[in-house]
Amino acid sequence: MHSCIETHVTFRKYLILAGVTVFSTVGDSLLARGMKELGGVSLHNFPGLLFAILNPWVGAGILLLLAFFASYMSALSWADLTYVLPATSLSYVLVALVARIRFHEQISPMRWLGIALISAGVGFVAAGPSLTPASQKTDQPEHSEPPQDRPRALSQEAKS
Amino acid sequence: MNDLYAWAAIGLITLAATTGDVLLAYSMKRVGDVGALWRTRGFAAVVGRVLTTPTFFLGVMAMAVAFYSLLFGLSWGNLSLVVPASASLTFVANAVAARIFLHEHVSRRRWAAAIFVAVGVALMAA
Repeated sequence: MHSCIETHVTFRKYLILAGVTVFSTVGDSLLARGMKELGGVSLHNFPGLLFAILNPWVGAGILLLLAFFASYMSALSWADLTYVLPATSLSYVLVALVARIRFHEQISPMRWLGIALISAGVGFVAAGPSLTPASQKTDQPEHSEPPQDRPRALSQEAKS
Repeated sequence: MNDLYAWAAIGLITLAATTGDVLLAYSMKRVGDVGALWRTRGFAAVVGRVLTTPTFFLGVMAMAVAFYSLLFGLSWGNLSLVVPASASLTFVANAVAARIFLHEHVSRRRWAAAIFVAVGVALMAA
């Protein structure tokens, strides 16, 4: 029963990480599409920037970026920053794949290498813990660690 | 000369984005697990607790600084230099800052992840 609840929570956390990835990608592409439709809106044309929200693409893009921010904040509430950032970097890969599928852009060998490296990075953190004991306040008993560390330290001293 | 301005903007974006990320991560750790809080106390409690965390607003302000430096950087430099360079540097800077300021245990696995992603993001622009 207990383990059942834990896997449920983990699944939910993966869903939130997926949300961070997808919302930022889709939000950015909607914004880009809307801004292209509007044409040259510059900082000097401030009212133009305000009216940009009325464009449905821009409006939807902003909504999705708000959803991205909410899920990003949620993820940071239970996972380390050094876990969340690499884990959600698949959005860069997603942008490239969307460009290839929707706009038939070619992906150069360098970009494929980039995609491989980012995916490897995501794999590195996804396999590890999401929250390290150092950043947890009280939950984990930290006293259980030093006895394990001492023999290692001694053996290193012996080596040198 | 334009190159110098572009790299100054990249430095500023990286600094502001890292400051923002660290402040936001710090704030959310103080708020605690949002999912658990939502289940026990309700959505209003989550929003209330986030909005009463002062460092949250500092983080949002730092993110705004990063966004506007990006806009200025884009007016001086190439899109294909400024965006990937600052995104890539931010991944590495965040790993260093999280270790120093958030006391996160950045294992070899996580260093590898940060560096792989940083190089990967830089290559995506190639």
